Amino acid sequence: MLRRLAQAVPTVLLIVVVNFFLLHLAPGDAAQVLAGEAGSATPEYMAALRAKFGLDQPLYVQLFDYIKTMLSLDLGMSFRQNEPVLTLILGRLGPTLLLMTTTLFLSLGGGVLLGILAASGLRTWRDNVISVLALVSYATPLFWLGLMLIILFSIDLGWLPTSGMETIGAFYQGWARVFDIARHLVLPALTLSLFYLAVYTRLMRAAMLEQAGMDYVTTARAKGLSERRITFVHVLRNAFLPVLTIAGIQVGGLIGGSVVVETIFDWPGLGLLAFESLFARDLNLLFGIFFLSACLVVLVNLAVDVLYTFLDPRIEV
Amino acid sequence: MAGADDIILRVEGLRVDLPAGVERPHAVEDASFTLGRREVLCLVGESGSGKSITARAIMGLLPPQVVASAGRILFGDEDLLKVAPERLRAIRGSDIAMIFQEPMTALNPLMTIGDQIDEVLRSHGGGAGAARRARILALLADVHLPEPERLLHAYPHQLSGGQRQRAMIAMALVLEPKIIIADEPTTALDVTTQAQILSLIRELQAKHATGVLFITHDFGVVAEIADRVAVMRHGRLVEVDAAERILTAPRHPYTRLLLDAVPGGKLRPPAGTEARPVVLSVKRLAKTFRSGGGFLGRGRRVVRALKEVSLELHRGETLGLVGESGSGKSTLARCVIRLVEPDSGEVALGDVSLTGISARALRRQRARIQMVFQDPYASLNPRYRIGRLVADGLLINGVAPAAARARAAELLELVGIEAAAAERYPHEFSGGQRQRICIARALALGPEVLVADEPVSALDVSVQAQVLRLLADLRDRLHLSILFITHDLRVAAEVCDRIAVMQNGEIVEHGASAAIFTAPRHAYTRALFASIPGRRAGAQGTGPT
Amino acid sequence: MSPPQAALKDLARRFARNRSALVGLAILAAVLLLAAAAPLLYPATPFALAGKPVSPPFGNFLLGTDMLGRDVAAGIAHGAKTSLLIGLVSTAVAVTFGTLAGGLAGYYGGRIDGLLMRITEIFQTIPSFIFAIVLVAVMSPSIASTVIAISVVSWPGVARLARGEFLSMRQREYVQSCISLGMGDARIMFAQILPNCLSPLVVTASLLVATAILIESGLAFLGLGDPNVMSWGFQVGAGRTVLRTAWWVCTFPGFAILLTVLAINLVGEGLNDALNPRLRNR
Repeated sequence: MLRRLAQAVPTVLLIVVVNFFLLHLAPGDAAQVLAGEAGSATPEYMAALRAKFGLDQPLYVQLFDYIKTMLSLDLGMSFRQNEPVLTLILGRLGPTLLLMTTTLFLSLGGGVLLGILAASGLRTWRDNVISVLALVSYATPLFWLGLMLIILFSIDLGWLPTSGMETIGAFYQGWARVFDIARHLVLPALTLSLFYLAVYTRLMRAAMLEQAGMDYVTTARAKGLSERRITFVHVLRNAFLPVLTIAGIQVGGLIGGSVVVETIFDWPGLGLLAFESLFARDLNLLFGIFFLSACLVVLVNLAVDVLYTFLDPRIEV
Repeated sequence: MAGADDIILRVEGLRVDLPAGVERPHAVEDASFTLGRREVLCLVGESGSGKSITARAIMGLLPPQVVASAGRILFGDEDLLKVAPERLRAIRGSDIAMIFQEPMTALNPLMTIGDQIDEVLRSHGGGAGAARRARILALLADVHLPEPERLLHAYPHQLSGGQRQRAMIAMALVLEPKIIIADEPTTALDVTTQAQILSLIRELQAKHATGVLFITHDFGVVAEIADRVAVMRHGRLVEVDAAERILTAPRHPYTRLLLDAVPGGKLRPPAGTEARPVVLSVKRLAKTFRSGGGFLGRGRRVVRALKEVSLELHRGETLGLVGESGSGKSTLARCVIRLVEPDSGEVALGDVSLTGISARALRRQRARIQMVFQDPYASLNPRYRIGRLVADGLLINGVAPAAARARAAELLELVGIEAAAAERYPHEFSGGQRQRICIARALALGPEVLVADEPVSALDVSVQAQVLRLLADLRDRLHLSILFITHDLRVAAEVCDRIAVMQNGEIVEHGASAAIFTAPRHAYTRALFASIPGRRAGAQGTGPT
Repeated sequence: MSPPQAALKDLARRFARNRSALVGLAILAAVLLLAAAAPLLYPATPFALAGKPVSPPFGNFLLGTDMLGRDVAAGIAHGAKTSLLIGLVSTAVAVTFGTLAGGLAGYYGGRIDGLLMRITEIFQTIPSFIFAIVLVAVMSPSIASTVIAISVVSWPGVARLARGEFLSMRQREYVQSCISLGMGDARIMFAQILPNCLSPLVVTASLLVATAILIESGLAFLGLGDPNVMSWGFQVGAGRTVLRTAWWVCTFPGFAILLTVLAINLVGEGLNDALNPRLRNR
C-alpha cells in the first residue's frame, strides 16, 4: 500500500513541472499571467510579484520554488474573484463530486447490466438494439446532447428545471432540499452518463464474450454446471476486471466532460469554474483547477488499484 | 478384456461436420468404438486427426459451428447426441467427467480450488456442507496433494502445473463417474511430472473402477497406460485393437509409420568426438533475470537461469542439452548466440571470443554460428517470400541480389524443397517444410555451428523423424557442429553424440549419450530416464506391465 | 498474389459484407462531398448576414438562420471542412509521433521504455479535455493551436499501443532470427515489425479521427476555436442564447457532428471486424 502511495508522488511532481512549463508558454511573462493580465494589478504589484516568484532568477530555481509553493497547496490568488484559488476550488468541489459519483454509478452500473444483457442474447434483437444505441450514444457530442435534453424535458415538457443546482429563492431544508437538488441533478447526470454508459456497455459485452470462450468455461460446462451459474459466477467476475481498469482510466474524461456539462446546466462545480476562469483570462485559477483535477485522477487510480487487490487474488497488496 | 455387458460407452458411425471453408468437410467421419467398464482406451493421432473433437462430441462440448451430424453415442441406453440438454447437464460431471490439457487456463483464476470442486457437488445435489467438505478433502488426499486443508483455500496460480492437474483430476472424480475422458492431460507437463500423473491415473482408475478414454499423440504414453488403442487419422479410425497387439504387430501402414517415428528406438553409437578440436566453448556463463519490482524494490522476482555453466562442443559432433522447462537450456542457447546478454562468463568460437567484443565485430562473427528455432510458424515473417527470407542473411552482408537469389535456391534444394517454390509465401507450407526453410536460412551464411532450440518439438511425430534425418545428413555433409536443445530424452538418444543434462541452471551430468543412457549416475538423470513414457514397456517391445 | 495484396482484397471483400460499415462509408463520402462543394453551394462567407435573424427552417433558408441572420446550412457546409481537416491532420500527427515513440520504446526497452511509460502515464492522468483547453488558452485559439492541442492529448494512447505491439513482436522468433543474421535495428523495425502490426494501428487511427472531431467541436463550443473559421461546435455554442426560441440553430449543426462521428466509428468498426476475422464467428 505504501509502495503505491510512494509511486504516486513522482507523478504529482511531474504534473507540477508540466504546469510550470505551460505557465511559461503563455504569452507575456508569468507575472502577467498570474496577475490575470487585465490590468487589475498595478505596476508596483507586478514588480513585487516578479520579485516574489524570482522571475529574475534562473529557470531551475524558479521551478524549484514553484514546486515548493504548489506542494504546500498555495495555488495563488485569483484576481478576478479576489480570493485564494484554493478556497474557490474547495467551494466548488462538492457539486462536481456529486455529479461525478452519480454519473459513475449510472454509467458503470447501467453499462455492466446492459453489457450482460447484450452478451447473453448474442445477435438477437436485444443485442442488436443495445449495440446500436451504444454506438449512437458513443458518437453524440456531450454539449449537443445536453442542449437537446433541455429542449425536450425542460422547455417542451417542463418536467425538469433547465439549470442550476437548486431552485433560487426557495431555501429548502432537509429532505425537501435533497429532493430539489436531485431534480436538478437528473439532466446533467444523464447527459454526462450517456457517453460512458455506451463505453462500459460495449466493454462489458466484449469482455463477457471474450471470457465465454475461455478454457475454464469449457471445464465448468464439463462439470455439469447450469448456464446461469456459468454466466453469473464464472464469466461475470472475470469480465468485470478489465472494465474496472478502464473505468479508472476514464475518470479523467469524466472531469473533462464536466466542464461542458456544468457550463450548459449552470451547475456550480469545478467545470463551470474552469469555464469562467477561461473567459476571465484568470489563468492562475485555471492552472489551479488543472493541477487539482490531475491529483484527483491520481487518487482515483490509487483507489482502483486497492479495489483490484480485493477482487483479483493474483494481485498482491 | 472387457466383455459385451461390460461396455459402458458405444460410439457408432459418428460424423462431425466442420464449418464451410476449412480444409476438409468433416472433423470426424464414421468413427465407431467401444469403451469397457474398467479399461483404458487410448485414442491416438497426430494434430488434426479428430481425436479431441470426438472426445468433445461425447460430452456435448463441441465448439460453435461444429456439429455432430450422424451416428450415435450410446451411454447405457441413451444416445448422448439426442438427449435433452438438462439430462446432458446432469450426466456431465457425475456420470462422465473430463480432464483437460492446460491446467492453468482450465481452472477459474478467481475461485479457490475448494470452491471449484465444491461446485460439482452442489450442482448435482451433493448434500450438507460438512459432508461435502469431508468428501473433497478425501479426494485431495487420494490424488496425493499435500496439505489438503490449506489447498481448499488456495487459488490456481498458487499451485504448480502438476498440482493443478491433480486438482483437476480430483474435481473429475468427486462424484465417482463411470467414465473419465482425459484430453492430453500430460502434454503440457514436464517429463517427471507426466510420469507421476500417469501412474496416478492408473491407480485411481483401478481403485474407482472407472473407464478411461485417454487422448494422446504420444505412443510412449500409450505403451505406459493403454489396455486398448484406437488410431485416428484425418478424422477416421484406422485401427482399433488391444494395446499389446498394436504395439508389437501393427497392421495398418499408418500405425506402423507412427510407431517407427517414435524416437529412442536406436541409440546413437559413440563416435569418439571428444578427441576432436573444440569449436565452441562456454566458460562459466551466468544469467539472472530480475522482473517486477516496484518503486521501493519490493515484490521483485529473481530467477537464476544460469549458474556458471561451462561446456565444450567439438567439431562435427552433436551435443545434446537436455532438461525440463525452467532448467535454463533455452537461456543458455540464447546467450551462446548473443540474443540475450549473459551477466558474466565467456563464449568463444574457436579462438575468437564472442563476449566482450564490439557490436560491429560481433556482427562479423554472427555468420559463424546460427540458430534454428522451435516454432516453425513464428520463425518466418509471413509477408515475404521464402526465397527472400532465405537470402536475407546474404543480402545484409552485402552479397549482390542475383548471387544471393541463386544461393538461396541452392540451399532450398539442399533441404529438400524445390527451387521453384522460392516464390511462395510461408503460409503455403506445412510445419515440417517451414522448419526446413528455417534450416536453409540458417545455413545461408555458411556457419560452423548450428544451435537448434527444440527444432522438432512443435512438429507431428511423423514429420519429426524426417527433419531429424535432414539435420543428421546436413551435419555429415557440411561438417557442422550442432548444439541440440531438447526436453525429449528419446530424441536426444537418437540424435546426439554427447549429452549434457541440465537442472535449475546447472549441468548435473554429461558424457557420451550411450554411456548416460545405459548407466546414468546423477539422481536427477536417473529420475528423468525413469520418467520416459513407455520405456519399461518399450514402444516396439513387450506390452505394458 | 503476395500477402499484402491478397490481404487487401480479402479485407475489402469482408468490409463490403458489413452493412453498417458501408452505411458509415456512404455518410462519410457525403460529408466529404459537402465539404468540397461548400464554396460552390455557398460562395459567400458563412459569417455573412444572409437574411432575417432567427428565421425558421424549411422556409427561405433550408435550415433557418441564427440570431445574427447567418445561414445555418452554409455554416454546416463550411464547418464540415474545418472538422474534417482538423480531425485528419491531428490524427496524422498523433499517429506518426506516437508510433515512432512507442515503437522505439517497445523495441529497445530498458530506460527508453521506462521514460516513455512515465510520460504517457502523466499524460493519461491529466484529464485530456482540460489539458486541451489549457493548451489552446495558452497558445490563443487558432486552427494550428487546436491541431497541436488535440495531437498532444492523443499521441500517448497511440504510443502505448505501438509500444505493446513492438514489445511483443520483438520476442517473436522471426525477429530473433533477423537479429542473429546480423540485421540492423532500423531495418528490423521498419521492414519486419511495422508491416505486421499495421492492423491495430489503422483501427486506432480511424477511431482517433472521431475523437479528434469531438474534441475540436467541444473546444469550439466553449469559444476556443479559431474565430476566423466556421465550425459546427461554434454554431452550437452561438445558438445557446436562442435555445428557447430558435431550436434549429443548435440542433442541426450538432446533428451533423453526431452523424459524422457515427459514420467514422462505423467505418472503424468495420475495419476492425474485417481485420480480425477470427472474432466474427461468435
